[in-house]
Amino acid sequence: MDTIEVSNLNRQFLFRQSHVGQSKAKVARDAVLKFRPQMSITAHHANVKDPKFNVEFFKQFNVVLNGLDNLDARRHVNRLCLAADVPLVESGTTGFLGQVTVHVKGKTECYECQPKPAPKTYPVCTITSTPSKFVHCIVWAKDLLFAKLFGDRNQENDLNVRSSDAASSSDHAEDVFVRRKDEDIDPYGRRIYDHVFGYNIEVASSNEETWKNRNRPKPIYSADVMPENLTEQNGNVAKNCVVDTSSVSAMASLGLKNPQDTWTLLESSRIFLEALKLFFAKREKEIGNLSFDKDDQLAVEFVTAAANIRAASFGISLHSLFEAKGIAGNIVHAVATTNAIIAGLIVIEAIKVLLKDTDKYRMTYCLEHITKKMLLMPVEPYEPNKSCYVCSETPLSLEINTSRSKLRDFVEKIVKAKLGINFPLIMHGSNLLYEVGDDLDEVEVANYAANLEKVLSQLPSPVTNGTMLTVEDLQQELTCNINIKHREEFDEEKEPDGMLLSGWTQAPPAKDDKQSMNDKQSIGNGGDSSNALQTEPADAVKDGEMEEISEPSGKKRKLSEGSKASILDATDGTRNHKEVEKLDDDDDDDVVMFDDLDSMTNKKKRLQ
Amino acid sequence: MDGEELTEQETALYDRQIRVWGADAQRRLSKSHILVCGMKGTVAEFCKNIVLAGVGSLTLMDDRVVTEEAWSANFLIPPDENVYGGKTIAEVCCDSLKDFNPMVRVSVEKGDLSSLDGEFYDKFDVVVVSCCSVTTKKLINEKCRKLSKRVAFYTVDCRDSCGEIFVDLQNHKYSKQKIEETIECQLQYPSFEEAISVPWRALPRKASKLYFALRGVFEEAEGRSPGEISIADLPAVLKLKKELCEANALNASHVTDSLLERLIIGTREFPPVCAVVGGILGQEVIKAISCKGEPLKNFFFFDVMDGKGVVEDVSNPKKESK
Repeated sequence: MDTIEVSNLNRQFLFRQSHVGQSKAKVARDAVLKFRPQMSITAHHANVKDPKFNVEFFKQFNVVLNGLDNLDARRHVNRLCLAADVPLVESGTTGFLGQVTVHVKGKTECYECQPKPAPKTYPVCTITSTPSKFVHCIVWAKDLLFAKLFGDRNQENDLNVRSSDAASSSDHAEDVFVRRKDEDIDPYGRRIYDHVFGYNIEVASSNEETWKNRNRPKPIYSADVMPENLTEQNGNVAKNCVVDTSSVSAMASLGLKNPQDTWTLLESSRIFLEALKLFFAKREKEIGNLSFDKDDQLAVEFVTAAANIRAASFGISLHSLFEAKGIAGNIVHAVATTNAIIAGLIVIEAIKVLLKDTDKYRMTYCLEHITKKMLLMPVEPYEPNKSCYVCSETPLSLEINTSRSKLRDFVEKIVKAKLGINFPLIMHGSNLLYEVGDDLDEVEVANYAANLEKVLSQLPSPVTNGTMLTVEDLQQELTCNINIKHREEFDEEKEPDGMLLSGWTQAPPAKDDKQSMNDKQSIGNGGDSSNALQTEPADAVKDGEMEEISEPSGKKRKLSEGSKASILDATDGTRNHKEVEKLDDDDDDDVVMFDDLDSMTNKKKRLQ
Repeated sequence: MDGEELTEQETALYDRQIRVWGADAQRRLSKSHILVCGMKGTVAEFCKNIVLAGVGSLTLMDDRVVTEEAWSANFLIPPDENVYGGKTIAEVCCDSLKDFNPMVRVSVEKGDLSSLDGEFYDKFDVVVVSCCSVTTKKLINEKCRKLSKRVAFYTVDCRDSCGEIFVDLQNHKYSKQKIEETIECQLQYPSFEEAISVPWRALPRKASKLYFALRGVFEEAEGRSPGEISIADLPAVLKLKKELCEANALNASHVTDSLLERLIIGTREFPPVCAVVGGILGQEVIKAISCKGEPLKNFFFFDVMDGKGVVEDVSNPKKESK
């Protein structure tokens, strides 16, 4: 469904400058036909999650090759390929890293057998009160401040949340951000500035507990940073005859040309005020409806400026617009070469699939640094994970307080967020507790809406300890059984959702992420998880999520027909590795094993 | 650096890759000049990659006329005689490549590679040769080495479903990232002639078989036009293998007959291998120009059969003095 953007052109070579704005699928088709005119290519300018691409649709194909850019879509296609029993070749790249994996139902792991890390999220208090990294400042500037000033006023917003008490969204607090009727833009801008960077910081600073072991932030007031009269400094706006609102820019207005330069606190402050001014002067109609878009220059300038000022307050280093844009926009860095390598490897695997050369399927990793003399490392695919709720039938377990948690909580936090089932059908035995669909009548819709608000034990078909719920997604042909276990208490910090799902392995947090990934009451950078701060659905993240590249972990058994592999087999290479035919006789070919104690213990458990 | 900023157009177009290697490296790329000789599929892929990356200029050399074999693995050549008729491979590729990035100057140079003198090579920062004899490779490498300016030299060849890259960066200083810090490093490369003269017994026992196999195949192909070698030559190649292995005290069974057969018969390139090897080569050239990231030293091999992309260091154990 994507259209071509300028930033695609450094690597998506089927496209040209003249194609910007057009459908990727259609232009790609035309470009390929130029050098292979006899190919039969059908272009669908559509979202792969559209219901018309159902199991029947997928059954038409001998192999599916994915080039998606978000986890949600990949999981979706994975489920459809399983339902249709069509092999899937998955892949991803980030900078110099890349990988290609092959998934064949019943023979190899499916794409979800190894849970993929969900996009990074941060605890609310870190964002609102105790930021320690620049990314925290970005999330604050984007999801709180920008949203508050320019987005939907009715949306819940934690901007004034203090760390010590509950959200204080009193009328007084609401007034602060709204521009008063006859208020000039300059005093308005300074007022906002002083409120969020001055007053709020002073209030937060007063809480002794928070700052016991941390450095207190410094309040920053506009008068201290910019003592001069603003109207004189930023007088350009009145003279600015730019008609095209999309090219309105605070940087241009202030003569700051290089997006790679890191602004000072003064420059950031000027940009902050100028950007605010420009939004009101040139884009007033959009205010109240705006959501952050990384390709919106003015929005990026505003968010960078705001994040920088906050960073200055908290002793965090400031960043350039270029860097800030990358963080705020979840931009994935990408080059033509890695993509070319991975593309070649995808085709190689696809051909093996078409030839049904099962033994030759490989997961191949493109490494940035040479490891064991290799830049391209093939690994044999693993057998399906028996506890994978997607491709195996193993039920999951959910600990939950059935007298306190509502069905809505279950649907939002478990079914949608964790299981990735967006159009669920929830049953208790033969009783339908909840479903979505276009064909429901008013009565049904009302019933389901009512059910959502009931606590589990009060549902028409009560859900209590020992109940087995069945969750289905008809489109993905996925059925998931969940055993309910009642539990009274949950740790507010470790289990803020008040639920614990098991039998579904939580992916380990990304290496450099010291924040708790398990923290569910958290804020996503780019929208994620069950939280009021979410301003956009997770699957709207385009240039979005980092393609998950996981270094091969060597923990599970490789796919070898009928072999009862043990660690020894793998390491000494004298496995039943068949008639070599074209394969060389080398002893240490194929599987690369890594020293990893944890994975070895896991492996033993699974072999039992 | 030299203070020249990237233009707004460059910043917009190269945004995603600047996030990988930085604005500095991008500037260096934009000032670099690449020479490429022998335009088969792999080299076409390589050219596409570096044009997209935004090098300063790319000069192509290949006076052969377009044939069906040429466009079967080279996506820069449309299979339409109306388009390619009367033009050389280099000319058709040049037209296609210009399209990928109007900011890169792509041009064609005609003539015989080995007759050009050092002054010609001095215009370039990188020279990549393909589909030519061992003698020619040695000759060009030497000419590059004689210049006072460092000219990076690469060879690349793909046969059947295998590929080989050779790298000579002479004395190369570069920086690399280790966790949070930047470390300055240096590598010393042997010349092409020095590398292939390294006695085989000096190489690790598990060194890539492709290295040995290709040396045999190339030696047999010596003096003939590229692509002329065929199944009829297999007996001669096997005999040559035996001789080479004996001379080098290498167990002849180490290089399987089946591998040699594959390489002899499969003169045509396999497009996905072109993409893989062209990609690796592209990355290496970018590293060399930007002086960022550890370049591979000094041979790279890829074989679809085992799926590995392997780096072999074929250099004399004794330190080279330069």
